Amino acid sequence: MTSVPMTQSSMSEGSASEGPLLVVEDLKVTFPTEDGPVTAVSGLSYSVERGKTLGIVGESGSGKSVSSMAVMGLHDAKSAQISGSIRVGGTELVGLNESKMRALRGNSMAMIFQDALAALHPFYKIGKQLEEAYLVHHSSASKRDARRKAIEMLDRVGIPQPDRRVDDYPHQFSGGMRQRAMIAMGLINDPALLIADEPTTALDVTVQAQILDLLQDLQREFNSAVIIITHDLGVIAEMADDVLVMYAGRCVEYGTVKQILTAPEMPYTWGLLSSVPDVLASTDARLIPIPGNPPSLLRPPSGCSFHPRCVHSDKVPGDLCSTELPPLLPASVGAAHLRRCHLADPSAVYQSEVLPEIAPDLVEETR
Amino acid sequence: MTQDPNADAQVAPTEVGANAAESGERQLTPEASDAYASHEVPGDRPHSVAELGHAASRLDPDAPAVLTVDNLKMYFPVRSSGVVRRTIGHVQAVDGISFEVPKGGSLGLVGESGCGKSTTGRLITRLYKPTGGSMMFEGNDLAKLSNKEMKPLRRDVQMIFQDPYTSLNPRHTVGTIVGAPLEVHKIVPKNQVLSRVQELLEVVGLNPEHYNRYPNEFSGGQRQRIGIARALTLNPKVLVADEPVSALDVSIQAQVVNLLQDIQREFDVAFLFIAHDLAIVRHFCPEIAVMYLGKIVEIGDRETIYSRPHHPYTQALLSAVPDVKQAAVGGRRERIRLEGDVPSPINPPSGCRFRTRCQFAQEICAKVEPPLLQIGKRHKVACHFAGELGAHPATPVTTELLGVDDQGSPVPGATPSNTQLTIPGYEKTWYDLHTKQTTGV
Repeated sequence: MTSVPMTQSSMSEGSASEGPLLVVEDLKVTFPTEDGPVTAVSGLSYSVERGKTLGIVGESGSGKSVSSMAVMGLHDAKSAQISGSIRVGGTELVGLNESKMRALRGNSMAMIFQDALAALHPFYKIGKQLEEAYLVHHSSASKRDARRKAIEMLDRVGIPQPDRRVDDYPHQFSGGMRQRAMIAMGLINDPALLIADEPTTALDVTVQAQILDLLQDLQREFNSAVIIITHDLGVIAEMADDVLVMYAGRCVEYGTVKQILTAPEMPYTWGLLSSVPDVLASTDARLIPIPGNPPSLLRPPSGCSFHPRCVHSDKVPGDLCSTELPPLLPASVGAAHLRRCHLADPSAVYQSEVLPEIAPDLVEETR
Repeated sequence: MTQDPNADAQVAPTEVGANAAESGERQLTPEASDAYASHEVPGDRPHSVAELGHAASRLDPDAPAVLTVDNLKMYFPVRSSGVVRRTIGHVQAVDGISFEVPKGGSLGLVGESGCGKSTTGRLITRLYKPTGGSMMFEGNDLAKLSNKEMKPLRRDVQMIFQDPYTSLNPRHTVGTIVGAPLEVHKIVPKNQVLSRVQELLEVVGLNPEHYNRYPNEFSGGQRQRIGIARALTLNPKVLVADEPVSALDVSIQAQVVNLLQDIQREFDVAFLFIAHDLAIVRHFCPEIAVMYLGKIVEIGDRETIYSRPHHPYTQALLSAVPDVKQAAVGGRRERIRLEGDVPSPINPPSGCRFRTRCQFAQEICAKVEPPLLQIGKRHKVACHFAGELGAHPATPVTTELLGVDDQGSPVPGATPSNTQLTIPGYEKTWYDLHTKQTTGV
């Protein structure tokens, strides 16, 4: 148990000379269902540079996992209709055939899943699964090389006695170790892009801290671009450089982590912040839920998809909120900060109405 | 009413339900589309943000204990494989814990997975019969009662389960699920069951007309409300809530936590609130116990546990929680790293169970188990080197009480203090860490 100061701004030292590694433009994913087409993601655009971390926040069904699975090419081409553009290192992925996709998947981009017990094969030894991931993309490598590589990766992610544990089955690992093994598998081919889908949701806080430390260390070492999908705003605050807030398949707010979490300009982001208690905040802070449930994507609400749950829609003249989808426009401060809201001056509403309720102590400080 | 006196924060449960908009929608059915098509939040639209909010629960220091747990133990046998399945050891899931749950108040139980917090909840509801110890509830020792004697008391101690997807029978309608306890305990005549069920559904913010629907027709948050309605059916005095919100979406979590606060105010129910989310526990419980490997390592009021924790484990646990406010600063918060995993509860470390991962551990920690010592008005800690973060003492604080020297060996002639060190509640006097004397108010 040692105190480790982690004050340095996490992963800013990336070489951004060749532009963003991942560029997603106007992504739309539609699934035909018996009840009609479900548009799980629409009009989504973002980019991630090497060495940077993008955090994607949203509730279940907001399209955060669907959009990342589209990047990984994990949707069944027969059932999912994908339009728009996804470019990784200049290669267009939308419409790429399966064999070319397979060469990229796991090699230049990899994904870490939430439930490591479900994602690892229970019948195969951890080592075998890691070796397989390596051999698929290194056809000339021998089995012995692959095994050495597997042990090296397990050691790298902090599994004790990796040369012995490599022959264990997934059930013999604890939850934190399984997640480490998953990360080892994701990183075994040194991918430029790593997508972590709720990597720590099933873990205890102490183990979560270890895994987040590990992800940051590895990102610094491999200089990879990371997308971290989570609903935990605390994880976002500590890990991400940029944040994308998704609601009902659309981006509703996009900006740097500081902009989004300290000066959010979209009522849904306010709702997220106010409905999560904080371990350090004053106990006078109220827990204010977002009323209602996430909408059905089968028949999304007209206009702004958040308007049925929005407590601020009465401040917008007329019934603009329910009739017209607000465009993604730059916020009052910072051109890089985009938000999708009809409110004329959201930051004033936030300062005067929302902040006093959720963080009374912060209001005092800013005065 | 023992809770928050903030009158404006009080919203009647039914109103919350209406606001929560959980009443109207039905999924994957023709009506569902209608409900969604309207996109209206039923009932009055909230006019300000504050109307929906609830401040944290407050502590009532004078509330009498409704449940007193003393030296509770649960050992699960580990059996060898083969035909003759001999017992080869015990998983010491809960090993001698003592606490009190105040009437109408709530005690939070936090810890990592495998620390025994869920087992504790299941012991109190007597889903398991404890190996030892006592659980006094209204003059009855729940630990000693037979299943038959237990039955009438089950009305008073109910449970809300973690996973609303597996804890409701998919083949029973909501009416059957919520009404079952009424029929089992024969509280009301059969023809009145339905009206009571509808009343309960309204209390938890569901549409009372939905009593004949099946659990699959509801969303996660709505299902958890059904589970809560079922637990409330018999007007319990103690509710054990085992991770009641961890399976829910963030925006829904707050709705359910607020509902539980309303229920507590309305019906004066005492809660044992088990969760691994330290922020939720902090909000809901004015008093918190931290468990590690089957033992309570620190117990105290919210203020003490979160602002001035004295146990190294509590300090590490709190420092590990990612903080939203960090966004303003950038980077990661300074944290205490705990190395390794929790040891096996089959063969726990000798002395202090946390010593294998503790940076302050010395010889005494392996030899003598630290008692859960009261060191403040409402604060107990089990550590030889208890102290605030960065101010842990260099020598053990417990030596005089235990009659041992700094290495943990017994001092000849010294008499261990007779103070009962593991009583469930708090004493009027306590051991002051600075003066090493017993002091009082």
